Amino acid sequence: MKTSECDIVIVGVGGQGVILISDVIGRAAVKADKPVRGAETHGMAQRGGSVINHTRIGCRFSPMVASGGADVLLALEPAEALRFSHFLSPEGVALVNITPILPVTVTTGKAKYPSLPEILAPLRDICRAVVPMDATAIAKKAGTVQAMNVVMLGALSRHIPLSEKLLLAALAEVVPPRYLEANKKAFALGKAEVE
Amino acid sequence: MREYLLGNVAIAKGLLEAGVGLAAGYPGTPSSEIIETLADLKGDLPLHVEWSVNEKVALEMAAGASWAGTRASATMKHVGLNVAADPFMTLAYLGVGAGLVVVCADDPFCHSSQNEQDSRRYAEFAFVPCLDPADPQEAKDMAVYAFELSEKFNVPVMLRPTTRVSHARADVETGAAPCSGGRCQFIKNPARRVALPVHARPLHTELIRKQAAIEEELQSAPWNKLELKGESGIIASGISGLYAEEAIHDLDLDISLLRIGTYPMPSRMIRELLEHVSRVLVVEELEPFVEEQVERLARKANPTVEILGKDSSIPREGELDFLTVRNALALMLGRPERSALRVAAAEKILPPRPPALCPGCSHRATYYAMRKAFGKKAVYPSDIGCYTMAVGMGTVDTCLCMGASITLASGIRLGGETEGICCSLGDSTFLHGGMTGLLNAAYNKARITVTILDNSTTAMTGHQPHPGTGVTATGEATIQVSLEALAKALGAGLVETTDPYDLNKAIEVFQKAKEFPGLSVVIARQPCVIKARRSGAGRKSFAVGKDCAGCRVCVDFGCPAIEFEDEEARINALCTGCGVCAKICPSAAIQEVRR
Repeated sequence: MKTSECDIVIVGVGGQGVILISDVIGRAAVKADKPVRGAETHGMAQRGGSVINHTRIGCRFSPMVASGGADVLLALEPAEALRFSHFLSPEGVALVNITPILPVTVTTGKAKYPSLPEILAPLRDICRAVVPMDATAIAKKAGTVQAMNVVMLGALSRHIPLSEKLLLAALAEVVPPRYLEANKKAFALGKAEVE
Repeated sequence: MREYLLGNVAIAKGLLEAGVGLAAGYPGTPSSEIIETLADLKGDLPLHVEWSVNEKVALEMAAGASWAGTRASATMKHVGLNVAADPFMTLAYLGVGAGLVVVCADDPFCHSSQNEQDSRRYAEFAFVPCLDPADPQEAKDMAVYAFELSEKFNVPVMLRPTTRVSHARADVETGAAPCSGGRCQFIKNPARRVALPVHARPLHTELIRKQAAIEEELQSAPWNKLELKGESGIIASGISGLYAEEAIHDLDLDISLLRIGTYPMPSRMIRELLEHVSRVLVVEELEPFVEEQVERLARKANPTVEILGKDSSIPREGELDFLTVRNALALMLGRPERSALRVAAAEKILPPRPPALCPGCSHRATYYAMRKAFGKKAVYPSDIGCYTMAVGMGTVDTCLCMGASITLASGIRLGGETEGICCSLGDSTFLHGGMTGLLNAAYNKARITVTILDNSTTAMTGHQPHPGTGVTATGEATIQVSLEALAKALGAGLVETTDPYDLNKAIEVFQKAKEFPGLSVVIARQPCVIKARRSGAGRKSFAVGKDCAGCRVCVDFGCPAIEFEDEEARINALCTGCGVCAKICPSAAIQEVRR
């Protein structure tokens, strides 16, 4: 029996703005009067390491999504999409920003960063749909590369049971006013990318 | 009001709703956001919020305020309670004035800790009632209730969230904070405030006797919930209760469930469940704390009941999750297991992405200089902080607990080691737990070098201020203690301050410390790069020129801003402009780029 209306796993690298996405979804869910749960990474793991956030809309249980249970995997970095792909449900969708951030194991030549097709092929085997997108480039087009996470949020908005109106209202609460226009543009461009 | 809140923010709001008048803590993941939130929300409230020098100090601050009639709280992570154990173990004897709540955040799986001790054991050990929330709402509600419980039974109360509560988010119903504090006055009562043996003996007896009344009170707490259904049962505590409920829902079971959120445990409810079922699964993270009590109670209540738990399907280490609990339940009932998905490609082709020192972090430069001077054979005890992540640089040989770098180094020396010994710890760690060790090293003549990695903040836990920063938790200006003067006062024979970015000078300073025939202290001072960037410090640009010989010296330095491709080094956009790589390049190929 289903224990959550929609389970989302958001992954990336410390500093990419994973927590902001979950904060916007959570606030929008509260506005929609839906119970919502989230779990995030703080402390040592954040220092340039892999970051994972679980967000569960319409859920009253624990804050963590089960392995094989995510309706959406939102990946802000391609290698991290594959690293956390075991969370994907067979009916799930993976939205993947294709701009890599090289880990220190790669920059120092100790390991190799796989090619994009090597990353996407196994993802396609385990879920219903994989949507690669160049969110970093789209954010630049919106006016600030910092809004890459909001581009991804815009894409995500097409796959979660929360209205765009509530998501944008929540976004306005968490983004500084002077960056709001660029972020709204980033949201719209991200959404258009999956339409 | 309904808000989407981080567990620690919800706890802070609960403390405010209870009218807390003093809150003190030392930063530590996963507890830090409680004091940070209180400092943010303090405004005009009659509330003192502080970052204390360590957890023992924080708990004693809170006890003092409580004894003077002000509701008070001390916050810490689980290992911080070890530091505060001395006052903690005696406080329940002496009791409280106004309510006293110790918030102690446990970290199953060691997400950001050196161990995964279970603080419920500590609470029981000290005769302190403990509340074990499952989610941010419970954590907030328990924070309010903890003060009432503390005052009713004249004992401190522990609130024990875990990482998945403190760093969970949920929709939480919050209330308003009372706007005025009560009158505060310390009332003399030596028989209850002076722990002389003659006072402690009767107080211990009193404390033991009140346990039954505390348990009786907690039986009816809303966080202990019993549902008697089928003849198989689950007993689950804290967040494990949510995993259990989700597993029951997922498997669509008609099964009895007891959720436990308080200690002393609700024995009557446990007995009722045991009398009703033929087998029971006990689900809890870390220690078999509930399970042992269940086993004791079962001897009388139902000796034939089958008790499953730590010996079968519930691990004693790490954190639990839905799938582990679901499968433990399925195993008990003979249902098929659902295995976790494994993606072979992820395990085969992905490069590891471990946390690492930031690009431009001065600790990397300090360790480089230290090793140049002291060499490969020297012993390098280290400590708790960001710098522990430099374990790959060969200058982190030990990490035990806060401040232990200096004392381990002293023990290694006076135990007979003859090689060079250079230990290191951060500024906040030194002030927390290093000062007594330095004094001891001086007093007992340990010939070692102590390096204080002074980045002028508590970086690892999110940049909290400390007495060396000149700022309090609420952002007020205050004294800024001099680490140089402190080190001299504690007995160091040589105290040198150096800028690690000035690499050659730093190597000279370490050389001098190495040769000093006594206790030497090197203070390596450079602000944390994250903080410097946030405060808008200007930075230089560097690039690798055509003289690069591909020797990899800069790459081995380990800065994430240096990449290596096609036999040549390259500086990427992460560069903060510290310039240290330019100084270590044997071909002088890395040069500043004028913009």
